[in-house]
Amino acid sequence: MSEAVGLEKAKVVIREDECKGCNLCIEACPEDVLFEQKHLNRMGYHPAGYVGEGCSGCGYCFYQCPEPGAITVYKKGYVGEEVA
Amino acid sequence: MAEKVLTKAASFYDVYERKSGAHDVTHYCPGCGHGVLHKLIAEAIDDFGIRDQTIFISPVGCSVFAYYYFRVGNIQVAHGRAPAVATGIKRTHPESIVISYQGDGDLAAIGGNNILQAANRGEKITVFFINNAIYGMTGGQMAPTTLIGQRTTTTPRGRTVANEGFPLKMCELISTLESPIYVERVALTDPKNTSKVRRAVRKALRNQIENKGFSFVEVLSACPSGWKMTSVQAKQWMVDNLLPQFPLAVFKDVSKEIEPSERSKVVFSTENVNELLNIPSEENIRTDIPKPLTEHQNPRIILAGFGGQGILMLGLGLAQAGMQAGYHVSWIPSYGPEMRGGTANCHVILSEERIGSPTVSRPTVLVAMNLPSLEKFESQVEPGGLIIYDTSLINQSPKRKDVNVLGIPATEMADNLGNTRIANMIVLGAYIAYTGIMPKDVVVDALPIFIKHKKLIPLNVQAIEKGMAFVDKNNGHA
Repeated sequence: MSEAVGLEKAKVVIREDECKGCNLCIEACPEDVLFEQKHLNRMGYHPAGYVGEGCSGCGYCFYQCPEPGAITVYKKGYVGEEVA
Repeated sequence: MAEKVLTKAASFYDVYERKSGAHDVTHYCPGCGHGVLHKLIAEAIDDFGIRDQTIFISPVGCSVFAYYYFRVGNIQVAHGRAPAVATGIKRTHPESIVISYQGDGDLAAIGGNNILQAANRGEKITVFFINNAIYGMTGGQMAPTTLIGQRTTTTPRGRTVANEGFPLKMCELISTLESPIYVERVALTDPKNTSKVRRAVRKALRNQIENKGFSFVEVLSACPSGWKMTSVQAKQWMVDNLLPQFPLAVFKDVSKEIEPSERSKVVFSTENVNELLNIPSEENIRTDIPKPLTEHQNPRIILAGFGGQGILMLGLGLAQAGMQAGYHVSWIPSYGPEMRGGTANCHVILSEERIGSPTVSRPTVLVAMNLPSLEKFESQVEPGGLIIYDTSLINQSPKRKDVNVLGIPATEMADNLGNTRIANMIVLGAYIAYTGIMPKDVVVDALPIFIKHKKLIPLNVQAIEKGMAFVDKNNGHA
């Protein structure tokens, strides 16, 4: 059995329906890979989105986000399924 | 942060069973600091493996609903009283990890004294104080921590020193006390400061896990709704305005020097409470005592006189003896600020039934040890009731014709026994003899419980006998 190598690149997953559009994650992101989306979510907020690459896995967005479940950050080398 | 994934902590519920609103998001406004602090606390609870031990106390304020989110033991308490409740929980459950989570209105205004006293006692709890310089939940009123010049609904032209004084600095205040072991102010601003909040949260919890002492973390936090700005603007406003007024610092940290110590556990058992309150155990309660005549059953008594006449002691003695005799009893004192030289009265009820209210507004028995007491309470006595009064000090008879009256020169009799202050026991003797409510031996058995100076007990017994003898001689009551 080969050893799991895990994720090759870090990534961030945003649950749009839990996002309140405060933009603090976008503001905090040092890689500038988060953005405010055009569409509205079920609560009427413009949710944050991830451009799809460039996440360094620093977790700044996670620790700026006030919603417990809105952001999940997977660091490089993460092994397993997505939790979000 | 060795974990390879940062996600919702297991110490949050999967579903928030709130009455209204979505069940997967908190009730907090966009950009509110509460959510971030919640995440840091939940993460620490996960990492330390203390979820089963943790009792989280939700305050009144925006974080009143914290119990919907934390998958731990939860209690929501009255405004400002979280440190008092935390004290009770920690002392009765020393193995638990008790978190008092409070906002600035709750902790610094209405609960200001509660937090100071808990801190001063060195309660081994962890307090997270979220300070956003405003009352959030009620719509943005001035808090004790509101800044000078800050506009709120109750300071529409801005807080002024002349009107509202200076912002209250809780860390500075608490760090002057000797007991707290760790006091730090941190701020939920940029990621760097947020990581300091994370460290402070973990340190404050670790101090409790290690059984060390009182830890207090003030967390400056944004309230975009209350401050009427965007979340991003609010972060900048904190940096520009809150931080200069509330400097970030470790104000006190002796957690390294402090040795872990145990505080003896408080056990609230029936046996302990009974022992403290001198409540006799079942087997010591007399069941052989005959009932008095109907008119004397279940008395509601007002005892009144000068402070210093032993009025409250007389009531206590009656209640204690009544308890030994198998009655439900109540005793409630009412006295002025003077220990002696003022007026004093107390209400005593002896009842075969459970007592609803200990206050007596229509007494069946009045014991008046001075004239003002007779004048004040005579009219309240139930028709057919009993007035006992001290004829040594009251030179007029009660005016009521529809009550029984027993006059006894109690103070003179006490003087003859060598101590005027024993008049109360003479009256007690007269009361039990006149009414037959209980035999002498029950009262004598109760004396050592409410008389601290044991050498005075024989004199008290003598006084009770004198009072009884007076009634037997003068009234011939059966």
